[in-house]
Amino acid sequence: MRVLRRIALVLAAPVLAIVFSLAVTSIVLLTIKASPLDTFRTMFDYAMQPRTQVLIINSAVTYYFAAVAVAVGFRMNLFNIGVDGQYRLAAMLAASVGGAVTLPAPLHVGLILVTAMLVGGLWAAVAAVLKVRRGVSEVISTIMLNFVATGLIAYLLAPGRLAVTTQGSNNLGTKPIPPSGQVPGISLVPGTQAQVYGLIVLAVIVGVAFWFVLNRTRFGFDLRATGMSEAAAVASGVDVRRMVVAAMVISGAVAGLVGMPQLLGASYTYSLDFPAGLGFTGIAIALLGRNNPVGIAVGCLLWGFLDNSAQILNLQDIPVEIVQITQGVIVLSVVVAYELVRRYRVVAEQRDVARALAATTPQAAAVAEGAQS
Amino acid sequence: MELRGITKRFPGVVANRDIDITVTRGSVHAIVGENGAGKSTLMKILYGMLRPDEGVIEVDGRPVTFANPSDAIARGIGMVHQHFMLADNFTVLENVVLGAEPRTGVRLDVATARRRIRELGEQYGLDVDPDVLVEDLGVGERQRVEILKVLYRGARILILDEPTAVLVPQEVEDLFRALRELKAEGLSIIFISHKLDEVLAVADVITVIRRGTTVGTVAPEGTTARQLAELMVGSELPSPATTESTVTAVPQLTVEHLRLTAPGGRAVLDDIGFTIHRGEVLGIAGVEGNGQAELVETLLGTRAATGGRVLLGDQDITGWSTRRRREAGIGYIPEDRSRYGLLLEAPLWENRMLGHQTQTPNARGPLIDRRGAREDTERIVREYDVRTPSVDVLASALSGGNQQKLIVGREMSNEPAVLLAAHPTRGVDVGAQAAIWDQLRAARALGLAVLLISADLDELIGLSDSLRVILRGRLVAAFDPKHVTPEQLGSAMTGAGGEAA
Amino acid sequence: MSLTNDRAVDSEIRAAPLRERGFRDWRSVLTAVGAGILLLSVVRVITGAEALTSAGTVGAALGATVPIAMAGLGGLWSERSGVVNIGLEGMMILGTFGAGWIGWQHGPWAGLVTGVAFGAVGGLVHAIATVTFGVDHIVSGVAVNILGLGVTRFLASILLEGTPGGGSTQSPPIQPVGSFSVPGFSSLDTVEKKHWLLVSDVAGVVRGVTTNLSYLTIIALLLVLLTYLVLWRTAFGLRLRSCGEDPYTAESLGVNVYRYKYAGVLMSGALAGFGGAFLAIVAANIYREGQTGGRGYIGLAAMIFGNWRPGGLLAGAGLFGYTDALQLRSAAAVHALLLIIAVALLGGAAWQAWRRRFVSAAVLAVIGAGLLAWYLRTDSLPGQVTFVAPYVTTLLVLAVASQRLRMPKADGQIYRRGQGR
Repeated sequence: MRVLRRIALVLAAPVLAIVFSLAVTSIVLLTIKASPLDTFRTMFDYAMQPRTQVLIINSAVTYYFAAVAVAVGFRMNLFNIGVDGQYRLAAMLAASVGGAVTLPAPLHVGLILVTAMLVGGLWAAVAAVLKVRRGVSEVISTIMLNFVATGLIAYLLAPGRLAVTTQGSNNLGTKPIPPSGQVPGISLVPGTQAQVYGLIVLAVIVGVAFWFVLNRTRFGFDLRATGMSEAAAVASGVDVRRMVVAAMVISGAVAGLVGMPQLLGASYTYSLDFPAGLGFTGIAIALLGRNNPVGIAVGCLLWGFLDNSAQILNLQDIPVEIVQITQGVIVLSVVVAYELVRRYRVVAEQRDVARALAATTPQAAAVAEGAQS
Repeated sequence: MELRGITKRFPGVVANRDIDITVTRGSVHAIVGENGAGKSTLMKILYGMLRPDEGVIEVDGRPVTFANPSDAIARGIGMVHQHFMLADNFTVLENVVLGAEPRTGVRLDVATARRRIRELGEQYGLDVDPDVLVEDLGVGERQRVEILKVLYRGARILILDEPTAVLVPQEVEDLFRALRELKAEGLSIIFISHKLDEVLAVADVITVIRRGTTVGTVAPEGTTARQLAELMVGSELPSPATTESTVTAVPQLTVEHLRLTAPGGRAVLDDIGFTIHRGEVLGIAGVEGNGQAELVETLLGTRAATGGRVLLGDQDITGWSTRRRREAGIGYIPEDRSRYGLLLEAPLWENRMLGHQTQTPNARGPLIDRRGAREDTERIVREYDVRTPSVDVLASALSGGNQQKLIVGREMSNEPAVLLAAHPTRGVDVGAQAAIWDQLRAARALGLAVLLISADLDELIGLSDSLRVILRGRLVAAFDPKHVTPEQLGSAMTGAGGEAA
Repeated sequence: MSLTNDRAVDSEIRAAPLRERGFRDWRSVLTAVGAGILLLSVVRVITGAEALTSAGTVGAALGATVPIAMAGLGGLWSERSGVVNIGLEGMMILGTFGAGWIGWQHGPWAGLVTGVAFGAVGGLVHAIATVTFGVDHIVSGVAVNILGLGVTRFLASILLEGTPGGGSTQSPPIQPVGSFSVPGFSSLDTVEKKHWLLVSDVAGVVRGVTTNLSYLTIIALLLVLLTYLVLWRTAFGLRLRSCGEDPYTAESLGVNVYRYKYAGVLMSGALAGFGGAFLAIVAANIYREGQTGGRGYIGLAAMIFGNWRPGGLLAGAGLFGYTDALQLRSAAAVHALLLIIAVALLGGAAWQAWRRRFVSAAVLAVIGAGLLAWYLRTDSLPGQVTFVAPYVTTLLVLAVASQRLRMPKADGQIYRRGQGR
């Protein structure tokens, strides 16, 4: 019973939020005189096509790194709004390094990945140091660092610095990474030529590592304890400043991987049209997935589904942007729903404890009274 | 003002049951009771912060209902909160007029407000400069601002919730003088406290509350503190008296010339020195806010000492991190358990790990040992009588007493060498209190060294093997608990007793 | 969540916070402005970068300042009531669209009203999430940003596609709103052209702030003043600020905290919407996707920079606006900016040395000397340096002054009625 209720409570919030946002989306669709049911069916049918499924999975792989990066911070009450800048800077520099050298395949890929993680981690470390040394909120500093990263990338991505011009286009990009630095795709979905990013393996590893470190290691316990109550964590011997730096650097390092599936599996170069804004997607999905590795994976697939299957809507004369409304409403309603469920759970457990004790001892009412005053 | 049959239920508990109190005009009416007896709930009802489920409140013979504090204020009821309700970054004037601002048009009429505050201050001897920031005021002045706030709203009935808890004796005297002044002007005062000697000194009538209900109303004349205490507890007082001394000659915790200065350079701890031997309980008496919390934090390593040395056994631990100190066997029972001692949103077994997350049975190498921690939590729940359906419930679901028993059990579990116990029985019911005392005594018999900080003088005298008094960050007096009376201790705490023993 | 004073940081490194000060402190403001103009003037004469203090630059700076200041003012209303608002960007985006969509059809004033209303709707969403449901303020702000962008793009693709000269990412042009010149000041032109030390600079600055002022700029400046008067001189303002300082105290005195928080956050959204509308109506003449360019965040930075005070945030926004304008108008002036910063830093070093703070004096001197060398060895600066400058400046200011800034004490904390001490 108890276990069932707990599972129901865990699922209640996201399910509520998704239902609510579908309702809102339906209303919006009705106002533009489109049938919600038909629209959803069209999207679903399109998503069932093998090619679309690959696209969904590929989006999800990219989102997963972003969401885990954000979640590492969230678990400690740190808001790494700077995932965006961290992954773009990391991807750009890693692409430059990858394009500049030739190494045996595994080493080459490893070098690029390590460079990306280092750059992401170091960029995040700036915010961490500002926080522990100078008391600057990471929220503001990472937002500022996003803009600085944008400027820095624009400066470096110029001919004569790190960029080369591609023939036949005015796009600027880093020198392409040779095949030894590329990660081949995997034919995961039958019935299509399209391949899933090879780095899906890395995403799984990161997810498992995140779960393991958080729930099975002392470091993870310290991190979660700090997130739940900093005062109690300090009294228990946690060095909070060190934890802030560690969590922020880990978050940045994972953020550094965000651009890797695209870079090593598709574009092989960091150019002006490299996807931007994934950091904010990561925040949204981390919230939806409750900073939990499995929840985040589900959230990534949902996001990937919405983003990719919406493309079909253009043919139906429905603006693709409708899914952004759906996504926005999901984020907002999921956090509200989690808050409501949390309150309900606290009250329900207090009542359970009081009831369990009232059944066993006459003293219990007086004992429970202590909790109230 | 009259209360009849007030009853308030919370999910699963009855906080107040059939409370009857009559407060007459121009008197000081004290309400005493243990922590958790339901005083705070009653006050919140009186002030409109909570609504009673049953019962009637009458003011001047007419029944009233309060939906919120504004209604209570409108009926002439004012509350001086135990924890000051003042915005630090506002001036005295802004704090006083907030919610009842004099205006000209839409403008805040600062001149009128200033004049009124000065007038009130003169009338009742509550002198405070209206234009200083509250954060620059001392505790006594802040309390005056609180009272001014209430008077400014034209209150005829003042509720003071534990007003002396944070005051030094001189300020207590000032407060009592002001209260007599107010009484003479025909105001009624409801004075909530658990400090019986103060209640006897200032009250005209005393109502005792136990387990959420009124158990008696007495006059201070001809009543002793002992009688009041027995009314409060409902039976013979559980005695914290220690049976026999277990003090050894082996120093376990030695503190030498310990100093801690605040950012402004003021000394919070000044030349503190003492030794606790194995099997010894050293009690620190003092009015709250004289450096006790800082002393514990410095010993725990969450604050870095400015000077001096701390030795654990014969090891100098002055420069050690908190973690290293805890691994070396310093246990900690915090004063504010929900803030410093528990992860309220984590299950009990994770709370078992807190503070011992690097040690067996909670950890193996860099990994945590979930099974070990859970099994040991079940043992603590059994041995320390923590009332809970399982070790998987969140800590927030437990009552205060059970939370405290869990903390005591946890801190005793890793064979501590030294225990820093700050108010170990604060806010717990009598049963849990007795159990915690037993546990402390048993551990002490096994050689534990305990630093005990408490506001409960009986607890201090009963449990300690030796006593020190802390005043403004200095240890000013030492007593032998076998021969000292609470009165002697009390006067030393105020600085009146001089250097004793 | 706190924005500057941090729990992770012990009190030991926390310096004395800046005190609340009113607009009274005119003298120090005037001194600072005077010193700034003098410095600019000297550098202008040395470098010959006339754009540094030309009326054109000052006017453009004012125009660039307004949207940032409005976002910052929005942040001020919200945070003074205790709600952190990083959703300003999303509210601003809503404002740009509202102004563009109605503006091109019914004129700029109708556009302005719609922009403000759209921003307020964004504020309403944030208020419902944070105040009613007690959601973490940062989380809600991020969600509002996502939602604001999504709603705007969706609406634009429905409402603007196929409009004359418009499309799914931009609106048709909006009629210009009128502008206003204080009579008599335009003749200062001649003085400015003489390039006299200081005199011409003052003339340029005065002419810049008195001629060709958009009516919206004037309204915006009045809003800053009005905000000060309302928040610091009325009972309403006292109560609103009390909710940001200590909501449970306010509650105990019968203040309906929820209502004031709602007022603060709604006003915040409306002001951000005003800033967005200004961008669409005055700065660009059209709604264009992405035209806020992060100004909501910069406004927040300006507010923190200004220590949660209207005058301070105006100064902060002015700084951002000025570098922004300079970048658009003159490469030489941007290069001259290096010299200015170098001189300012060296001056600061001298001041610190005089105050016997030798470590910080040395740090400032080294950075100043480095910048001076950079100035002397180059003829121009890459555009990205000026792009980045405001953000780096904000980071530096926060790094230096974070512990001296005084945010509302209960800012960002979740308040629930009856859950106080």
